Parts: sequence; structure tokens; C-alpha cells
Amino acid sequence: MNMTAQDDGYITADGRKIGPVMMEMKNITLRFGGVKAITDISFDIREGEIRAIIGPNGAGKSSMLNVISGFYVPQEGEVWYKGAKRPPMKPFQVARQGIARTFQNIALFEGMSVLDNVMTGRLNYMKTNMFQQGLWFGKAQREEVENRESVEKIIDFLEIQSIRKTPVSRLPYGLKKRVELARALAAEPTLLLLDEPMAGMNVEEKEDMSRFILDVNDEFGTTIALIEHDMGVVMDLSDRVVVMDYGKKIGDGSPDEVRNNQDVIDAYLGVAHD
Amino acid sequence: MAQSSEAAGGLVSVPALLHRNATEFANKSAYREKEFGIWQTWSWSEAEKEVEALALGMINLGVNEGDFIAVIGRNRPYFYWTMIAAQSVGAIPVPLYNDSAAEEMAYVLDHCGARFAVVEDQEQVDKVIEIQERLHQFEHMIYLDPRGLRKYDHHKLHEFSHVQKQGRAARDEWIEDLKARRAKLDYDSICVMLYTSGTTGRPKGVVLSNRNIIETAKASSEFDHLTAGEEVLAYLPMAWVGDFIFSLGQALWTGFCVNCPESPETMMTDLREIGPSYYFAPPRVFENQLTSVMIRMEDASPFKKKLFDRAMAHAHKVGPQLLDGKPVGAMDRLKYKFYDLAIYGPLKNTLGLSRVRVGYTAGEAIGPEIFEFYRSLGINLKQLYGQTEAGVFITQQPDGEVRNDTVGVPSPGVEVRIGDNGEVYYRSPGTFVEYYKNPESTADTKDAEGWVATGDAGFFEPDTGHLRIIDRAKDVGKMADGSMFAPKYVENKLKFYPSILEVVLFGNGREKCVAFINIDMNAVGSWAERNNVAYSSYQELAGHPKVLAEIQRHVEEVNRSVAEDEMLSGCQIHRFLVLHKELDADDGEMTRTRKVRRRIIEEKYADLIDALYSDADTVSTKTEVTYEDGRKGYISATLSLRNAAVVPVQTKQVAAE
Repeated sequence: MNMTAQDDGYITADGRKIGPVMMEMKNITLRFGGVKAITDISFDIREGEIRAIIGPNGAGKSSMLNVISGFYVPQEGEVWYKGAKRPPMKPFQVARQGIARTFQNIALFEGMSVLDNVMTGRLNYMKTNMFQQGLWFGKAQREEVENRESVEKIIDFLEIQSIRKTPVSRLPYGLKKRVELARALAAEPTLLLLDEPMAGMNVEEKEDMSRFILDVNDEFGTTIALIEHDMGVVMDLSDRVVVMDYGKKIGDGSPDEVRNNQDVIDAYLGVAHD
Repeated sequence: MAQSSEAAGGLVSVPALLHRNATEFANKSAYREKEFGIWQTWSWSEAEKEVEALALGMINLGVNEGDFIAVIGRNRPYFYWTMIAAQSVGAIPVPLYNDSAAEEMAYVLDHCGARFAVVEDQEQVDKVIEIQERLHQFEHMIYLDPRGLRKYDHHKLHEFSHVQKQGRAARDEWIEDLKARRAKLDYDSICVMLYTSGTTGRPKGVVLSNRNIIETAKASSEFDHLTAGEEVLAYLPMAWVGDFIFSLGQALWTGFCVNCPESPETMMTDLREIGPSYYFAPPRVFENQLTSVMIRMEDASPFKKKLFDRAMAHAHKVGPQLLDGKPVGAMDRLKYKFYDLAIYGPLKNTLGLSRVRVGYTAGEAIGPEIFEFYRSLGINLKQLYGQTEAGVFITQQPDGEVRNDTVGVPSPGVEVRIGDNGEVYYRSPGTFVEYYKNPESTADTKDAEGWVATGDAGFFEPDTGHLRIIDRAKDVGKMADGSMFAPKYVENKLKFYPSILEVVLFGNGREKCVAFINIDMNAVGSWAERNNVAYSSYQELAGHPKVLAEIQRHVEEVNRSVAEDEMLSGCQIHRFLVLHKELDADDGEMTRTRKVRRRIIEEKYADLIDALYSDADTVSTKTEVTYEDGRKGYISATLSLRNAAVVPVQTKQVAAE
């Protein structure tokens, strides 16, 4: 893999073209009171790549993802997105910038059907107000039909047709994760953040999810940043990996480079701390 | 019927029938498929255009007359069009089971020497690529769903819609060629080649001519008065002859509409939405539907449950008579009407069977309770008996003469006779041409006069003229004391219990019978939930003492009922075990149509059979399993062997144990 810092990107081993830098984290430090969750971390995410953030428990991965998503505002450092420095923003503003995410602990509307849950992902594409939608006439109706169409394409893509009308609360865990992915995709994001997409899944579900992640990247050209515990999955899926431990970056590079990095091995296998 | 007179007028091939439908029923719905949550419809004239574009595209790709084209995918309109397009260019479609492992496909593709394959998606493309090197003649693959295939080498890989587009673009160049090829088709040209699932040995390619398919479609459509207004749901494997006759032969002959489900998992929902008027399902589907209804009723409130039980008791009493047009008292009629409004109607609607006018089941024996259940609801469910070599139909039940234990009278145009050894033979216009590249087997099966041996033992009932099938002729044997051993008979009785999925009975040449049993995970799982039985895996549930006790009760009940039959009373089950894994087609234990392969099971589990014939209480075993992707693994288990009470029979001493 050609990993020089050319601005126009690189070509992956399987022949995909990775574009220029889309998001750049510059010297991020995040504190909760006296606790330092993230210490001086910098890395970038390029257009079209699958970028993983890994690390042992408590390494600050989820905090990092929350910084990327704009949910946490770091005390120090800058987040650059699409060539501009990003000011502190509200979640809906982040969503409008084309960033969507899934959660480690599933955050779906349990009582609603799968279809309705995925439809909520289209919120930013709906212009009519609640009153118009209540009457469901003219523009509101047209708008729903259009949005339903794109939602149906995602349902087809993720092969969840059979549970379209099923309330989410009745679904098994693996499927809920897939519904979450569907909802995130419904927003047509340019950057998709996945927080432990495979946590708690069995081997078959993991394989399915991996295939969907690759297909999303391949088919829609979506840039994906993911946090994952399962090393096998991470190494197979991602183009570049950031490794964190105790809030610090200890490695960054292709899966092979990271695998052979002594600091990373130490962090995972454990060494005596001074 | 208007069509019959036209049969002489050039309707000698499937493409000719398509052309007639496109003219006669131009704007009537021909194909529907649910996609993106909406039923997409194609009329007959649209279907003809799609087929033509594809046929032109095929010529453009270099398909020659006489080529074999493999079709691998689930039921989708595109694949039915592919088959007709293949016929239009003089090629022969060979539908394959889409859940076959790559190895099985390799055999079939190599045997027929397919140059082209039309497949559904990445999964199938990967399978074919895996075996491609070994197939010398194989050239091009056409796929339907481009997802995940972008990065593949597209030299020999083409997207379905692109092939059609190229066909349309090259219309002027190839249309005369296509017309000439179509005109050459006659009644004796090959319509399709279907591979038998092969209960024994390698699959055989059954060659069926246009005559076979069209004559069969015509006779069977007339038998049940099928019209262009029927709606069918195409969900059975495309490689199976039944689907070919129902969804292609009869559909083209009568012009009815073929509906394809959105995905295999949504089949029940789609069934409900379509409400087919003509419906075919193997007993297993009816069984599963009934099981799920019963499971839900077990979970219903006591009031609902009671109401349901009452209604069903009444339906049981008068339903079948009403369906057969026999006299029923006015009070009972009224009561039935009321329950129909309150219970049967909504139930049929839930099952998606409200509009079924003609329903068929075949392939395996159906349990009397299951059969009765559907008939008593007023669903005209009938049985037919057939096989691939016959183009399905050998016998079928006429309306009003439906019974659970017979398979009906010979279908129109079919002659049936019983051989000296009790084997059933038939001769009909639907009788296959030959087994491809296998003259020996052809000669073994079909004699010079055209009589075909079915391999089933049966007899005609003297008073009704209906055929009764006992078992596979080669499975019927003798026990050590000379009494008859007919495993199917006992197995079917057991399989009618919802908790039992599969049974294999052994005892040929032995003194007593023993059995392997597979539990039905759905039914037993829900039973376990209700009875607070905790389990973590199939294996654990299958070995749970409470489950075993429950199964033992069923076995003993069946023993009592078997004992009542003088001829077969020797087949009572003395000892049994519940298997630690489900019998699976991937492991070769069943055919793709889910028929048990006795010989293979006998070999594979020889240690378990020996243990059943010993005095041991438990047996430890290690079994090889094949995963969906072809990898292999092992599961070990310790199974308990149970003794079941048998009814002593007078004509024969039963060892008192």
C-alpha cells in the first residue's frame, strides 16, 4: 500500500481509490474534569476509506468518535472537516454536514417498526411541518413517497425486507444493529461513524455485517470510521488503523504496520507499567 | 377451451405460447415481483419484449443453438424470462438449486457442458468462479444483482440489464436470426433439462421436450379448470419440475399471473398479500404453517383458545363434507357459517389462503391431521402423485374425491399399471425423452413401449380406483421373521406430531425396529419456553430428559396405532434416540428437496444403529458437519437411548424385555 502523504490520496491493495483528506484531527485533548480521556491526538480520515480506531477497554475510542461526531467539544485542538475548521455545533448541524453514526448500545425507537425507525434517518430531507404531515396531503404526501423510496432501497440493500413492519423491540440483537446501520445510511452520509458494529454478535452475524460495511463503502462510496474490538474484523476491513491506549495514540497505519508495532502488541498483551 | 384448438396452430413451443399470450392477453398482468416494498408488474406484452431483448443479447454474446444455459437463483421473473429467452435462441435452460454447494454445481455444469450461466448475485457468482477452472467449456456468466461485483473481472461477466441493452441495440443485426431460430422449434425440441435431486447416487439430467411440457400443462390445466385469472405464488425451487410446470408451463398455457416473493423470508407475508387462487406446497410447508398457528394458539388467552378449539372441532365434523358437496344438516351449516365469519375466515386470511380454489400437495405423504385441518377450513387441498420424469403428473385427485391416504386417479392422458412386484408403472405424453448422456439409466427406467418405472410400490383400491402408495419399492423390506417392513408408513405417523421434524426407521432384516428422531426446533423451543425448560443449543434441547420423555410418549402412541395394522404391526419402534443435529442437505443426509437419504444415514451413523441394537443406555459419538460455505467441522455428543413400550402382537412373538 502506498501510504505517502500525497494530498490526492492512494490506491488500496484491492484497487480502490482513496481520495484526499476529508477530516483532520489536530492535537485533540479532551478532559472530563480532572480525567484526561484523550491526550494530544492527531490523525486524518481520507475520502472513501475505511478507517478503524482500536484499543483496549477505556482507551478513549468512544470519546474520540464523539469528538468526530461533534458531540464532545475538545478543550484543546482543532477538528478540520472538508477543508474548514469546524466550530462547536449542535447534533443536527453535524448531521446536515453529512455525518451519521450508529451507537455502541443500540439507540433505536423500540416501539416503532423498522420502517419507521429507518424513516427517521430521512428527517433532514423532509421540509414539511408537523401540521402538513398530519394532514398528509399534497407536498407532505409527495415528500413521504420520495423518502420512502430511498428508504426502501436501503432496506433492500441490507436485506431486511422481512422485518420491515416488525417492531424493533421484537428483533434479535444482530438485526437491531443492522437496523441502526440502515437508519444511519438513510441520511445518505458522506462520513459514517460506526461504534462497535460487531459487539455481541456471533460469527455469522459478524460476517454479514462485514459484508454490508464493505458493500456500503463500495456501492455508495461512503467514508467509514469505525471502532471495533474484534481484531480479526478490523484487520480485514480497514484500510488504515489508529491505535489508542490510555487516551494516547500509540500507532497509526495500515493493518500490517499496526500488527507489527511493538507498542500495540504491548498494549493488547499487557506489559508491566513503570 | 379456445386454446386447445389453437394447439394445432403452431403452439408447439414455449416462446410460441408467450407470443400468443402477448397478443391475446396483451395488457394483462403476467409477472409480478415485490421489490422495494411494492409489487412491480409486467404485462404479457412487456414480458415478451423483455424476453426478446434478452434473447437478442444472448445471440450477441454468442449463444448457439443446442447450448446449455444454467439458471441459478431464487424465483424471480428475470429467471423465467431467461428460460424462455434461452428456448427462443434454441438453447436449453438448466435450472439449478440455488442453495447447492459449489461442488454439486460443478457436477451438473460439467455434465451438461454449460457454456453460459445466468445467476442471481455475488453469492452465486462466487460459487461459479470457484469451480470455473474445472469446467472447460464454460464461457460467460450473466448476473442479476450487481451489488458487490463492481471490482470483479468483467471480461466474462455481464450484468443482466446490460445484456438486454446490448440486445436491444443490436436488434436490427440479430432479429432475423432470432426469428429463424424460433421458427425452427417444434414439439420435439428440448424444452428444459432438470436434474433429479438424486435420492440415490449422482443427479440425472431429465430431458423434457416441448411436447412433454405443453401436453402436461394443457391436460392438468383442463383437469382443474384453470383460467387466465388465476394468481400463483412462485416460491418453490426453480430447479424442481413442479415449479417449471406450474410457474412456466401452466402459466404460459393458460396465461395466468406468476407472483414472485420479495425474499425467501418474506414468503408468508407475500402469500398473504397476493392471496393465490391456485397454490402448490409440499406437506412440509403446510405442516410448518399449522405448527405456527398451533404455537400461537397455545400462547393465546384461554377464552380465544377455547373458541378456537370449539370452532375447529366443528370444522372437523362438517368441513370436509361441505367441501365434497355431501349433505350436511341445516343447523351444522349455520354453525359453520358463523364460525367461518368469526374464526375460519380470518384464519385463512392470516395464512394467505382465503382465495385458494385449487391447492395441491405432493412429494411426501401428508399427515391426516394436517390434511384434515386445511380441508375442514374449506380449502380445497388435494394430493397429486408425480415425478420429474413424468413432467409431474401421474395421478391426482379430482374435486369431491379427495382423501388423505390415496393419491387419486391417473391424470388425463396418463396410463398407470402395477407391476408384478407391486411397483407402479406409467406411460403418458409427459414422459421424459431421456436421461442426458446416460442411455443405461434411460433403458433401466423406460422400456421400449414407453412404460416408466416409478420405483414406488403401490396398489389401486378395488372399490374407488384410487392409487395408494406404500413406500419406495426399494425401501420396502422384510423383517427377520418375514413380516413386512415399510419404514415410511411408521415415519410419517411420527412426523405428524409437531415436535418431530424427521424420523428414520431401521429394521430391514432385523428382529425389531429402531428409530432416529429429529426434533422440530420451533415447536419444541416454544414448548420449552412454556414449560420453563432452559437450554442453550439445539443439541442440549434435543437431549433434554423432558423432551425425550415427550418424544417417547409420541413413539408409544404411534406403536399402538401401528399395532392395529395387521400387515405392518412388526414395524413398532422398540428403541429410539433423538439425534444431536438436524439432518441436512449440506451433509448429504437429505436431498435438496428434503427427502431422507437412508443409505447414507445408515453408513454415517452406523455406530448409533449398533448402539440401538445393543443394551447400552447411552452412546458417545462424533459427527462431521458441513457449514454453508463448505467448511467442515465436528460435533460430539452423548446420546441417551430409550426403550419404548410396544404392543404385543399375536401373529408374532415379541420378545418381552
